Amino acid sequence: MARVPSIIWAVALVVVLAALPAIVPRYWIYFAGILGINIIAVHGLNIMTGYTGLLSLGHAAFVGVGAYTVALAQSKLGVPFYLAIPLAGLVAAIMGIAFGLPSLRIRGLYLVIATLAAQFLLNFVFVHWQSVTNGDAGLTVLPATIFGYPLNTETRAYYLILACDIALTVFAINVIRSRVGRAFIAVRERDRTAEVLGVRIVWYKFVAFALGSFYAGVAGGLLAYFNQFVNPEQFGLVLSVFFLSAVIVGGMGSTLGAILGAVFMTLLPEFLRGGGLAIGTAFGFDIAAILVPLRETIFGLLIVGFLILEPRGLAQLWKRAQQKFLTTPATIPITLIGKQGDNR
Amino acid sequence: MNPIIVFAEYSAVGIAAGGIYALIALGTVVIFKSSQTFNFAMGEMMMLSAYFFYTAAVIFDFGLLPGFILALVGSIAVALLIERFALRPMLGRPFIAIVMVTFGIGSIIRGLVSMVWGPTDLQSPAILARTPVMIGSLFIPGKTARAFAVAVVIVGGLIAFLRYSRAGIALRAAAADQITAYSMGIDVRRVIAFTWVIAAITGCISGVLMANVNSLTPNLGLVALNVLSVIILGGMNSIGGVLVAGLIIGWLESVTGFLLGTEFREITPYVLALLILLVRPTGLFGTAEIERI
Repeated sequence: MARVPSIIWAVALVVVLAALPAIVPRYWIYFAGILGINIIAVHGLNIMTGYTGLLSLGHAAFVGVGAYTVALAQSKLGVPFYLAIPLAGLVAAIMGIAFGLPSLRIRGLYLVIATLAAQFLLNFVFVHWQSVTNGDAGLTVLPATIFGYPLNTETRAYYLILACDIALTVFAINVIRSRVGRAFIAVRERDRTAEVLGVRIVWYKFVAFALGSFYAGVAGGLLAYFNQFVNPEQFGLVLSVFFLSAVIVGGMGSTLGAILGAVFMTLLPEFLRGGGLAIGTAFGFDIAAILVPLRETIFGLLIVGFLILEPRGLAQLWKRAQQKFLTTPATIPITLIGKQGDNR
Repeated sequence: MNPIIVFAEYSAVGIAAGGIYALIALGTVVIFKSSQTFNFAMGEMMMLSAYFFYTAAVIFDFGLLPGFILALVGSIAVALLIERFALRPMLGRPFIAIVMVTFGIGSIIRGLVSMVWGPTDLQSPAILARTPVMIGSLFIPGKTARAFAVAVVIVGGLIAFLRYSRAGIALRAAAADQITAYSMGIDVRRVIAFTWVIAAITGCISGVLMANVNSLTPNLGLVALNVLSVIILGGMNSIGGVLVAGLIIGWLESVTGFLLGTEFREITPYVLALLILLVRPTGLFGTAEIERI
């Protein structure tokens, strides 16, 4: 497709998203907010895992670092949100580098283990550093304030999240199109060849890891403002698995895929709950009790299924559907049609 | 009581608990050596076996030994299904894709087990005597000590098997050089399937033991994530290494719990794993297959 229409589509999408609170019920706006936050976090993991091939099982912990950074910066230092959110990203990026430092220099499983260690160690800190994090009880966060105007409802916070989403999505697209993004892909595809061609692999792995953790931190900061509280339970291993499945389901190494994956994975539990409750009342058993493990099972099935059957994820399915429905017969070159009779 | 005696007791208990770690790690390393696949679902395979045993021995009341044999058969069947339908299609795909598949399988098993058996603790039947074992004046809980003894026997048997049996030699050949092994007429695919059988056996035994020492919950499998640090410490491709490392990690966990407080137990393996990555990524006994870039 030509380029101009895609920009028009993007503008139309932004207009619709901006008008959304006027159209849909408030409960949906809560969802849209959570979805927007998930999209940012999944962009981050997609940069690491999808584009650069650095598997992280600790993404949720870095989201947690961002959330705690906001909570602490606000309560202890009184930092306003427009500084606190970048700060959240920065602190998460530094933590990411600290954990990635030893293993980014080595190929293979080691980074996976280091990120898993980050997941458990950071969560341990959230729970047990009582004097700072207030343990399991967590911390409360005041809503973000612009010029004395508090973003204290879902709708108001939604616009903040929407703005961050647009900015970070555009940034992700542009990074990937740049020299840096091409280096990421080169590192993922053929690291030795990339090195020979003058791509400093270790440096770009660091950049990818820091950038991915930065996104996680920003998502965490927004989450803290959105929920107005932070506790360790939110950032467990299950959330890391959730982000990973979103990246895989959406399509690794595709910015559109990250968005599709986040949308799919955020809505899926809701459909499960809705469908499950409907089936439960119809057949007279309590499905709510098995909802959590059911979700875990389905996350796992999606990871395995997409990796085996369609490793390029929903983004690829989307592209195929587009080709099928948007390509009218007239646009198929005559030569190709002519060839169909041959042994094609 | 004399603090040195207490320390020694904690040490002995820790080392005894480390025996099970060594057993789990052995199953993981055997798969890794033959097919360069890191099996993140090992803990869940272990946990599932323990539930199989519980179901056969308690719910259907077949008795302990028949129950165990049924659990073993079930675990092997599950392992072969995983290998055939989830990992074989992934042959030749990037390393991290395969790791993610095993991770996904772990998630599936964990969810299914909670749905089928419920998330609450179950009391596994007592197969190990409770009477404590005394070594000199050291007091070791009976179950832990006996679980260690079982683990030692199984590990010894497996190592002898890998060293002297035909299948074991084929396995080591395939691990050393797949292409040469192929050209010498070894069916590498069958060897890889066979390593999953070995993992199922070690998983089943360690699962049943672990459920006996602790209690049986769907989270039992998370213990196997501690085994990651065992594998890192021992060296990813060294069977002897992980056996020693299993004991070391078990000991460290117990001693940290004693010195710093029990909540620090759970993070000990991870702190250690990070330190090893920093200092000596090949582990204690791993051969230098580390690729620095």
